[in-house]
Amino acid sequence: MKELLSGNEAVARGAVEAGVKLAVAYPGTPSTEILETIAERHRSVYAQWSPNEKVAFEVGIGASLGGGRALVTMKHVGLNVAADPLMTFAYTGVNAGFVVVSADDPEMHSSQNEQDNRIFARFANIPFFEPADSQESKDMLLAGYEVSERFDTPVMLRMTTRISHTKAIVELGEPVDVPERKFIKDPAKYVMVPANAKVRHQVLSQRLMDLQKFSEATEWNRIESNGSPVGIIAGGVAYQHAKEIAPDFDYFKIGFGFPLPLERIRKFVAAHNIVLVVEELEPFYEEQLKIAGIRVEGKKYFGNLGELNPTRVAQGLYDAGLIESVVHPGIEAEKLFPRPPVLCPGCPHRGAFMALRKLGVAVTGDIGCYTLGMLKPLNALDTCICMGASIGNAIGIEKVNGSAKGTVAVIGDSTFFHSGITGLLDAVYNQSNVTVMILDNGATAMTGGQEHPGTGHTLMGAPTTRADIETLVKALGVKNCRSVDPYDYEATLKAIEEETKNPGPSVIVTRRPCVLMPKRIMDEPYVVDLELCNACSACFRISCPAIAASPETNERGHPKAVIDETMCTGCMLCAQICPTEAIVLKSKFVAA
Amino acid sequence: MTDKVYNILIVGVGGQGVLLASEIISDVAMRSGMDIKKSEVHGMSQRGGVVTSHVRIGRKVYSPLIQEGETDFLMAFEQAEGLRAINWMRKDGIAIISRSSLVPAIVTSSKEFTYPDDAVAEIKKKLAKVIAVDADKIAAELGNPRLVNTILIGVLSNYLPFDPNLWVETIKSLVKPKLVDINLTALQRGRDIGYETIHT
Repeated sequence: MKELLSGNEAVARGAVEAGVKLAVAYPGTPSTEILETIAERHRSVYAQWSPNEKVAFEVGIGASLGGGRALVTMKHVGLNVAADPLMTFAYTGVNAGFVVVSADDPEMHSSQNEQDNRIFARFANIPFFEPADSQESKDMLLAGYEVSERFDTPVMLRMTTRISHTKAIVELGEPVDVPERKFIKDPAKYVMVPANAKVRHQVLSQRLMDLQKFSEATEWNRIESNGSPVGIIAGGVAYQHAKEIAPDFDYFKIGFGFPLPLERIRKFVAAHNIVLVVEELEPFYEEQLKIAGIRVEGKKYFGNLGELNPTRVAQGLYDAGLIESVVHPGIEAEKLFPRPPVLCPGCPHRGAFMALRKLGVAVTGDIGCYTLGMLKPLNALDTCICMGASIGNAIGIEKVNGSAKGTVAVIGDSTFFHSGITGLLDAVYNQSNVTVMILDNGATAMTGGQEHPGTGHTLMGAPTTRADIETLVKALGVKNCRSVDPYDYEATLKAIEEETKNPGPSVIVTRRPCVLMPKRIMDEPYVVDLELCNACSACFRISCPAIAASPETNERGHPKAVIDETMCTGCMLCAQICPTEAIVLKSKFVAA
Repeated sequence: MTDKVYNILIVGVGGQGVLLASEIISDVAMRSGMDIKKSEVHGMSQRGGVVTSHVRIGRKVYSPLIQEGETDFLMAFEQAEGLRAINWMRKDGIAIISRSSLVPAIVTSSKEFTYPDDAVAEIKKKLAKVIAVDADKIAAELGNPRLVNTILIGVLSNYLPFDPNLWVETIKSLVKPKLVDINLTALQRGRDIGYETIHT
């Protein structure tokens, strides 16, 4: 049986075939669809969203120790959050198999950095698999559980955007038999106090030597011989790009990426005139090979920034003198206006950013749709570092800069639950004069509207206790806490003005559901009365995709506004800032 | 079947249905027993930004990405986005362009940027084979603005080596039951446009 599956869908299918008992994650592009697919199509596997990746990882450890195969998935930067349990879980090892999927995002299609998490596997001294397509994504997940249980180690399945989000044909398999395991009390193995950890570090060291032997033997590292004097060492999507450009070279295809099969590679290199490593981002394989005294090159031809593609690989092979020509586009690229992503028509975040821009306060930002508040023409966000950073950043700015002009942290509901709570506790503890705006749209919106502790539902759709933001905020010790409707521009403006003047930390919860999720919200649209519109462009500057320039102009040739009725959700933010009251409800509009 | 790999690039703006279009083409290719790689980026790009999908179909497909300058078929849901993708085309490639335009706020709110007066004309200057389709108008005639992608797929279907019935089967399996009939009508309207272009 064959299906067309994305890498993420293939991993979800693999979870069923591998007999995974528990799958856990916090959503993050490009990893999100793995758990969504399990919850939609493979309900024999228990799946849950956790508030953040650290908790998810710890839940996964618990499942493994409890005797059930565990799958933990996250985007690359999620593993930073989960790094603490990862580093020590490498010492204890597993009971039932444990695989963590790290979905990296070379090129930063939807991320704040493009770190290469193969380095994380090596840092933690755990093995990783690197699939090159959807079939391998599934098959390597199954192999990952075998390695995890055989060598008593957590295993990483390292994917990238072009593997996670590429659909390809997958031959499905049957679920395997997984031996029953029970929780076993074994403090010497699982209680990492120094005396035990010292012993486990030795075990880890021996385990790596065993894994090295496995790496030399496994078929996941394979040679494809075409009788060429040129050899390419590659894994993941880089292998596919290279095969596309130079199918006739010899290949050392890496599927099991750490520890590397150094001796087999040494022989492969010795048997060829020249061998290049084609890998995305860091020179991870290249450096290890060079340290082992194996003569390869790589990064000097392919670079270490952004994602690879066939054109870049072709150029690198050409520069190395290995291919005779490179396809150059016959048509030059056009210089056009940019089309950055924008807040949706009716997005409740828009009201908050309109007010913040008006007040000109310092605004620390966070990770979510609302990061788009930084773009022209809103220009209303000054920082974005990582999940939860907005609050700590605001405290630091306020401590050194004073609070005369107001310092505002902007954070979404899901991000607040993820890692904003401790930041807010810091603001209370250290009596910082910051104002924290929690933009509560009732969803993890940027990744597609997933449930979270504040939505009242779990990933698998069960109703559950809903975490109440105001109760939580007050329990942390915040005295000034209020909520406001971000569709009410004046009220939002007033709330920020007042709270930035209040001493001590304040919280403003702006509350409106996301217009897309869980249900698309479309109220009666507004229209522009062109008789009244004076082409002042105030509504253009709120960056609403439903508002465009009309062919009609004022006496100085400036365009008047027109609203696309199929896009307008009726949020009425534009109507509130129109100085000539030219924007009116469609049913109230009477043409002159 | 030859070793030829068909490179199809589908471009548009978040929310226009680019991903469903690439899904339909891939499904038809799968029913024909071909190898497929279909790659796109999710997440932030969907918020009104540019959406691009690479669909590669052949006996054996390695890279999920088309090499710049090697696109056989461009399907653009928005004309300026078609122009933006022009450097991805082979000179003898075929561009199927919806005449719709979406002007972003970043253009309307500043003097820094302009939207091209006639993107289709610009594309025609660079490419011999351009099929500009009044897809919005046809979709409106058929009574549903979301039919644009099926109309464009209908045009494209003339050029791909698949049994015409497979397109019908795929639409029946991927589209909601109550929308199947109207989508099949839209597919046929597109097929007729493509057929006329080839035979006149």
